Amino acid sequence: MDLITEITIFVLAAFVGFEVISKVPTTLHTPLMSQTNAIHGIVMLGGLLVIGFADGTLDKVIGTIAILFGTINIVGGFMVTDRMLGMFARKPRPKAEDESDES
Amino acid sequence: MMLPAAALSPSSDFVTACYIVAFSLFIFGIRQGTHPTTARRGNLIAAAGMAIAVAITLSLDVVGNWGLIAIGIVGGAVVGAVASRRVQMTQMPQMVALYNGVGGGAAALIAWSEFRHRLAIGGDIPLDVMIPVLFSLVVGSVSFWGSNIAFAKLQELISGRPIRFAGQHIFNGVLGAAVLAGCVVLAASHDSSPSQALFIAVLIGAALLGNLFVLPIGGADMPVVISLLNAFTGLSAAAAGFALDNVALIVAGTLVGSSGTILTMAMSTAMNRSIGNLLFAGFGAGPAGGAAALQERPVISIGAQDAAIKLAYADSVVFVPGYGMAVAQAQHAVKELANELEKHGVRVAYAIHPVAGRMPGHMNVLLAEADVPYEQLKEMDEINPEMPQTDVAVVIGANDVTNPAAKNDPNSPIAGMPIIEVNEAHEVIVVKRSLNPGFAGIDNDLFYQPNTSMLFSDAKKAAADIAAEVQEL
Repeated sequence: MDLITEITIFVLAAFVGFEVISKVPTTLHTPLMSQTNAIHGIVMLGGLLVIGFADGTLDKVIGTIAILFGTINIVGGFMVTDRMLGMFARKPRPKAEDESDES
Repeated sequence: MMLPAAALSPSSDFVTACYIVAFSLFIFGIRQGTHPTTARRGNLIAAAGMAIAVAITLSLDVVGNWGLIAIGIVGGAVVGAVASRRVQMTQMPQMVALYNGVGGGAAALIAWSEFRHRLAIGGDIPLDVMIPVLFSLVVGSVSFWGSNIAFAKLQELISGRPIRFAGQHIFNGVLGAAVLAGCVVLAASHDSSPSQALFIAVLIGAALLGNLFVLPIGGADMPVVISLLNAFTGLSAAAAGFALDNVALIVAGTLVGSSGTILTMAMSTAMNRSIGNLLFAGFGAGPAGGAAALQERPVISIGAQDAAIKLAYADSVVFVPGYGMAVAQAQHAVKELANELEKHGVRVAYAIHPVAGRMPGHMNVLLAEADVPYEQLKEMDEINPEMPQTDVAVVIGANDVTNPAAKNDPNSPIAGMPIIEVNEAHEVIVVKRSLNPGFAGIDNDLFYQPNTSMLFSDAKKAAADIAAEVQEL
């Protein structure tokens, strides 16, 4: 992919990001922040791509930590967002017996 | 492009198509986040996109060292899963800071790794790789260390007060300039084996900068910092995408960069301060003067029984919860009190300041946890016009966001900050442990108003006591 194509993608993605995210109400900003936080964990793919070339110990350590960090970011981010949103989701129902059905 | 470099990038159209599916799911997932009923599904959709992106990347030929990959993924998944199950909702800002930090750290390490790989294969690094690598290195490193400091401040491992020393701005300025100069030198020598020693020096300089950048900022402003660093990490992921020719990284990183920027702007608007002022003014250091004198003024102190009578015979009651309520784990007790009041025919609502809690929307999460109905949560702009018709406003664990000085005193450090106008209500009950000033270190005129009663107690105990008294009535 040439640089100009990449820059085009970058600029368009920035506008899409602004558009989509400005529609999220303040009420949901904490989960939103947590969810977007999880999404930038995608940088972990970079770790997967570079570790294949790691020969020396240092390269292996750097690559492994990068993957470890990225995975914490992804897994933790999505799971904690899910937990938060689960609390909103069970809201509309009458509060008679909704304690037991958390799956 | 040289062969090894080309091998790094996903070459086949199929792989790129999978990346496109993945980032489309991210966008769709965030789009679903606009309403509480669909947001959870949206999160799962985005997570599915991530699973696709990781799976397709693992299928590439260039991926090797499987043992190490397994260690990283399994270890990371266990740590992430356990932490996200154990964390309390009050600690959410710290958790986000920590996750954000590791993301930034990953970006910086990948940049270093890519740099070493390029050196190993000859040292002629194209400028369109070198520049994003440097960007990712510096911004990722600032984000990692800055987020860790933000975490430590919010978790109270270190003092939430601003930590400053003489000439700090100048020192940071010089350090920033030195890091930038190092990057320029490295970029200038991109085609003839740039110095790895200098590269590591830039990494260390950026790490130092991340620490020094966040240390002088008060704990009250940490959410803004986290949001900004979230945007930084997103951009450093996007930069890594440029360096590795990976479209998924570019799109996802940029999306997060935008969202972090919007949230940062939303927060600084809610505090009526420019981002520059938040980051460089060292707010939270305490008022310049007057606080000691102010504390001599008389207040009206009441007990749970009096408070119960005021509340039970009111027509409308508005609770103004703050972070203090969350710290005391009083959400459920407050909800119980609201239930008792509703039995007496009182209309109950909750007034949520945009920065109530430690993040925008944090208080909504905390109250949702306590099963408060979504319709009773009122945003500031919605509740303020109703305040003059409100019989009793109950301030629980909130302070600065109710301070009328923000409107009346142009010299106050929080002058101009939008507030919940509880002083407009007929009566105000403030539940607070003592008269100590709040997180921002500013005395609150509200406490000394003639229609304000102070109930000195722990928020949870106060709510439970009042609820018990209301039950007796």
